[in-house]
Amino acid sequence: MIINHPLLGPRDASEFVYLGDASLMNRPEWKGEDASPEHTQKTLDAYHDYLYIRENKAGEHRELWYHEQGDRSWLVVTRNTLTHNISKVELAKNVAKLSPKVGQ
Amino acid sequence: MRYSAFNVIKEALSGHKGLKPVWRSPEPKKHYDVIIVGGGGHGLATAHYLANQYGINNVAVLEKGWIGGGNVGRNTTIIRSNYLLPENEPFYEYSMKLWENLEQDTNYNSMVSQRGILNLYHSDGQRDAFVRRGNGMLMAGSDACLLDQNGVRELYPFLDFDNARFPIKGGLLHKRGGTVRHDAVAWGYARGADSKGVDIIENCEVTGFDITDGVCTGVKTTKGNIGANKVGVCVAGSSSRVMAQAGMSLPIESHVLQAFVTEGLKPVIPGVVTFGAGHFYVSQSDKGGLVFGGDIDGYNTYAQRGNLPVVEDVCEGGIAIMPAIGRAKLLRMWGGIMDMSMDGSPFIDRTHIKGLYFNGGWCYGGFKATPASGMCYAHLLATDTPHEFAKGFRLDRFRSGNMIDEKGVGAQPNLH
Repeated sequence: MIINHPLLGPRDASEFVYLGDASLMNRPEWKGEDASPEHTQKTLDAYHDYLYIRENKAGEHRELWYHEQGDRSWLVVTRNTLTHNISKVELAKNVAKLSPKVGQ
Repeated sequence: MRYSAFNVIKEALSGHKGLKPVWRSPEPKKHYDVIIVGGGGHGLATAHYLANQYGINNVAVLEKGWIGGGNVGRNTTIIRSNYLLPENEPFYEYSMKLWENLEQDTNYNSMVSQRGILNLYHSDGQRDAFVRRGNGMLMAGSDACLLDQNGVRELYPFLDFDNARFPIKGGLLHKRGGTVRHDAVAWGYARGADSKGVDIIENCEVTGFDITDGVCTGVKTTKGNIGANKVGVCVAGSSSRVMAQAGMSLPIESHVLQAFVTEGLKPVIPGVVTFGAGHFYVSQSDKGGLVFGGDIDGYNTYAQRGNLPVVEDVCEGGIAIMPAIGRAKLLRMWGGIMDMSMDGSPFIDRTHIKGLYFNGGWCYGGFKATPASGMCYAHLLATDTPHEFAKGFRLDRFRSGNMIDEKGVGAQPNLH
């Protein structure tokens, strides 16, 4: 696979390290609204889902790649998991600036 | 017809006219006690044990394509019980015991060959870790034997013992491990289930579940709606896709694992050998091809093919321990889709939907688990209680803090 880096141009995927679904950028709020059991449970549930549950889509998938053997930037790559076809590559920091809640 | 030496000779002399198809091709009934979604190794084993051990034979196995066409036909056929953790090793040892009796149980030649697995170690630290693992195996009733370099030399004299970077210091030998003819596992279980009245329905894709008020009452399929008291999903590789139809998201990512077979060679590798400093394992099939594999590719995918960097990495691992392998020509390579779970361990559990059960998340170790997975899933479906060897394989274990992380790398599926 070739990832078309927005700054460096086309680079081989073996230069990158794969992290996973781009929703990992959306770390949930660590504080509940108050210390009541129901809000604590809500926070725990949100963290459980954030850490362990994946949508695991067949088709278009937004995912995080780290350019370890390059400029060490984090990228959000939109790739089809059925064909490995990459349709979009963005710098993760730009994605985070533009829409703080990726994939929501 | 029961297979026996007498019958083989009799059929040979009478033109094989007495041989019949091994399973029927029935049309689905309106309702079953249990529907198993997925006609792979685990699904067919579940049906076999439901009918033969738990007396439930009003069962259908629904398969999207043909039975045994998924991962049970795409693996590297290795069986072993060499895990460490107390939630895992008794389960895999139980599986090994079922493998040892499989052919007697199913009356089908699955070519179970306990030719031994040797895990090589390359440093003192790794040796100590293998001693610990070996002790864990012995405590669960498995077998383990630590070999020094001379011990390995006797078995595999052609390995690269003096490799400059990763010299081979010895290995952990698991003598009861080995290989099995993978397709014959699916066919043997199918025959065993079918002979007790289980309907195996091929070319029947499940397209949805009938769920009302939190109770699953059947499935929608390409052959119409079929009712059931209990539905057991068992579709490793497609788990997330199928369970999404029931509105569930799982702690699973799908990854591709590649495997390779060389041209047929004369007997050279007596057992299974694994490289301890990288990820490479190799055995020789009865046809003579070297069967080997390594790491998963490491990114989410549902395409049953991988990329070249991993091919290179696997071949480098092979050459590092066994330079002679460089002379063999690659004949075939393929990829299979793995349910990579968040801690590297599987699930055999109920879901929050009554009547809907889930079996999956086998990572790239599902084949060896086939018999125990089938037995434990059949136990769960029949009795609604987890089997004693599968108590840890729960879907809510991340919430409760009971992860079974054999490798200790955390919730990063491509590292398991």
